[in-house]
Amino acid sequence: MTDDTTNGGGVRDEWPLYEIFVRAKRGLNHVHVGSLHAADDEMAVRHARDVYTRRNEGVSIWAVRSDAVVASSPDEKDPLFAPSADKVYRHPSFYPIPADVPHM
Amino acid sequence: MTPDPHESAYAGLHGGDDTHWAFGTDVEDPLAGMDTSVPSGVDPAALAGYCLMLGDDALIFSQRLAQWCSRAPDLEEDIALANIALDLLGQARLLLTRAAVADPRVVPVLPQGSPVPPEDALAFFRDESQFRNVRLVEIENGDFADIVVRLVLLTTWRLALFCRVEAGRDPVLAAIGAKGVKELTYHRDYAARWFVTLGRGTATSRARLVAALDRVWPFADELATTHEIEQIAAAQGFGADPATVAAEVDEVLGEVFARGGVRRPQVPAAGRVLGGAGRNGRHTESMGLLLAELQVVARAHPLGRW
Repeated sequence: MTDDTTNGGGVRDEWPLYEIFVRAKRGLNHVHVGSLHAADDEMAVRHARDVYTRRNEGVSIWAVRSDAVVASSPDEKDPLFAPSADKVYRHPSFYPIPADVPHM
Repeated sequence: MTPDPHESAYAGLHGGDDTHWAFGTDVEDPLAGMDTSVPSGVDPAALAGYCLMLGDDALIFSQRLAQWCSRAPDLEEDIALANIALDLLGQARLLLTRAAVADPRVVPVLPQGSPVPPEDALAFFRDESQFRNVRLVEIENGDFADIVVRLVLLTTWRLALFCRVEAGRDPVLAAIGAKGVKELTYHRDYAARWFVTLGRGTATSRARLVAALDRVWPFADELATTHEIEQIAAAQGFGADPATVAAEVDEVLGEVFARGGVRRPQVPAAGRVLGGAGRNGRHTESMGLLLAELQVVARAHPLGRW
């Protein structure tokens, strides 16, 4: 997807895009829930509150400018991820997890 | 299978356990589980009248805000305005229900066997002259600056009043006030930010803000005018006289206006009708049209179940 927020000058048609992360409760991690447009960082948090937490989803919001996200390229898929496909021993799944350890 | 909350922020919102919802998921009776008896020393008729004032302000402004749906300048603002409308509608439900329980005589009589609950009877079957809202909330919608200015004025007054109401003598109304304070704090914050943004934005946004102020300001006076029911509410300790929060409101508005770089308009207050205004059931022409749209379906089917 092309991004209209990265150019330096000129008039933009739209506000910059932000990626929104919401934490459902204390102790859990922030989860990406979607994106939205906002004029500045503070408005991004306000908009996120209005758009993504109106059904009692969250206790915390992170908003990150989409153009600040460094993403891997689909072209690099094989060099990045294929080497791990045959290394099942890297999963910590060969010992029992105590029943009172949540969220593993 | 219970979805893993790590996978989705929305996991676990539906299903049996509704304990994380402040009032459960049962929306049939908004005051379910509360002791709704009227405390001694509180006049039930005055309590009902006071609840109708606060409830009608919320109901009618919620309708005006809902008319913004799909028309806001941005998708995010559209949802923000709809959220505020829903918060106010929730306040209206609680307040109208409280009014009906405190004094059942305020509820319009419907045909035998009608399943319409009292809150709906109050919302959909009262005539224009029985509504107690200020005219500020009922006037036609204008542009985005118009709704921002009206939100600033209404929420600043309403938040100040609710902060008194939550410490009032009627436990039910106090609880409604406490819930509303959190909502109104956000509404005021939202509106004040846009007020400042428009005031300090482009020449166009500023001109629109000033024009909206000139249009809306004549109706601000009504919020500051003490009605006799508010005098009783203050005297009996379950509500607040606007005069007692006027200084606080003035300070907040002064700050918002200063940050927005605009002055308070020098326009006269809107005229009263036969000595009364919205709180006395004397409304503007647009109120009739608003109510027609709000009420037409319910009135066509007084025995309907929704």
